Amino acid sequence: MDTKVNICGVELKNPVMTASGTFGSGREFSELTDLNGIGGVVVKGVAAVPWKGNPAPRIAEVYGGMLNSVGLQNPGVDYFIENDIPFLRQFDTKIVVNVCGHSIDQYKDVVRKLRGQDVDMLELNISCPNVDEGGMAFGTDPVMVEKVVYEVKKDADKPLIVKLSPNVTDITATAKAAARGGADALSLINTLTGMKIDIHKRAPVLYRKIGGMSGPAVKPIALRMVYEVCKCVDVPVIGMGGISNGEDAVEFIMAGATAVAIGTANFINPRATADTVRGIEEYMEKYNVSDLSEIRGIIE
Amino acid sequence: MKHIEKAKVISNRYIADDICDLVIECPNIAKEAGAGQFVEVYPDNGENLLARPISICEIDKTKGTVRLVFRIVGKGTALFSELKSGDIIRVLGPCGNGYRLMEDSKKTALLVGGGIGIPPLLETCKELECNKIAVLGYSSGSFLAEEFTRAGAKVYISTDDGSEGFKGNTVDLLKAEDIKADVIYSCGPKIMLKFLSQWAMERGIDCYVSMEERMACGIGACVGCVIPIKDGGDWTYKKVCKDGPVFDCKEVIW
Repeated sequence: MDTKVNICGVELKNPVMTASGTFGSGREFSELTDLNGIGGVVVKGVAAVPWKGNPAPRIAEVYGGMLNSVGLQNPGVDYFIENDIPFLRQFDTKIVVNVCGHSIDQYKDVVRKLRGQDVDMLELNISCPNVDEGGMAFGTDPVMVEKVVYEVKKDADKPLIVKLSPNVTDITATAKAAARGGADALSLINTLTGMKIDIHKRAPVLYRKIGGMSGPAVKPIALRMVYEVCKCVDVPVIGMGGISNGEDAVEFIMAGATAVAIGTANFINPRATADTVRGIEEYMEKYNVSDLSEIRGIIE
Repeated sequence: MKHIEKAKVISNRYIADDICDLVIECPNIAKEAGAGQFVEVYPDNGENLLARPISICEIDKTKGTVRLVFRIVGKGTALFSELKSGDIIRVLGPCGNGYRLMEDSKKTALLVGGGIGIPPLLETCKELECNKIAVLGYSSGSFLAEEFTRAGAKVYISTDDGSEGFKGNTVDLLKAEDIKADVIYSCGPKIMLKFLSQWAMERGIDCYVSMEERMACGIGACVGCVIPIKDGGDWTYKKVCKDGPVFDCKEVIW
């Protein structure tokens, strides 16, 4: 049985990654789960300079999921290079850096600083719904998507994954635009914009009123979008959105995903990545699948 | 080091109208837990996904149990209120940084708790080996107060409605009784902690406050539960779950 997958020349020991923003840089989770068992750690968004993020409340629970409006709080790329790369390199897992910015120049600054650093891939975050500039503002207009991907790709010395927003009418339009811009791979979905109101206080629960929804409740939407995107682009797709176990992961692979990422499930079960890897292996064993390519994209 | 355990419910009972007293067996967590830390309790019902942070009221390292006294405020805690002895719940902990306890036995520690902020101060009270004063504030009636007395504290009670002890809040009680102390450990509503901090700073007393914010992961990864904390001449968002929940009151931006 072979769970290895290859994304743009980078070989992952298994197709299970972490979704950016749900796993920090792995430090907190390393106490509770073995990072060596994860195909790739996609770290929390890294900006050119430290970002403070949004005021709290940043978290609200909703039926079968949650809302967040963290706003990409992060200590900046210099801190990341000094502290988080050496930490993650202690483990046998791939390092994927999620890159965020308020402008094309800021994205380029981060990518330039990461040139020559010991990381495996970059993920361009043009889909965060919780910032006023950059983020989703770039990720919902196909013309802008192509432009920002093209500009950032010029500075990247590692494969560039582009993370797409589901908050669009036609996900295939932004997917194709990212591929035209030079994306080496696509990842989707980021969170869906959502809201919760505290009727007792007559006020929104989140400080910013609107946040990004994630968790098992969004899985059917994410799966549909991954399926549509896999049908219209040739680059590898990393599927995510509500994946909590091996069965969920197999669905995304059958829809065409090369790899998958675990997000909110990490908060509910800190060992969700390991459990998902085991679940995929159990499925392969049960149905006598020797390589994931046998089931990838089998849904017509 | 944190652990995830399938904890067995030893006992669960109401000690006030909406307050439950839950004892669970989780030896690995109990072994490492200290005063002022909390555990994350998972509802595991399919609808409510996120763990509920609940402060540790008492730790019995010999029996491997922790005692959680919590208020029913929503669906998760309502679910926990129905747990019966023998039931199993998934628990992560111990989480956060607790109180750094004063070691000078000749000095006086003042514990100030408001409402459901009172439980974590009981373990704190039991671990302290100095003179102890507990000022406990409730909206109406009281709970756990006798246990503070048994743990060696001189206990003062305040209630908003005057049904027990002093009528008013804890800070008014401190002023009325002219209470003196060398260090303060506190947990309760933010508004109480704010005025207590002012009272403490005016008197030059070190004061440690346990803060609260909505959490997702409970271990510092999601960066959801932040509060603004002074940082040199600037400020930064710190995580309640990992950098706290206990902060020096002088660092908190109220």
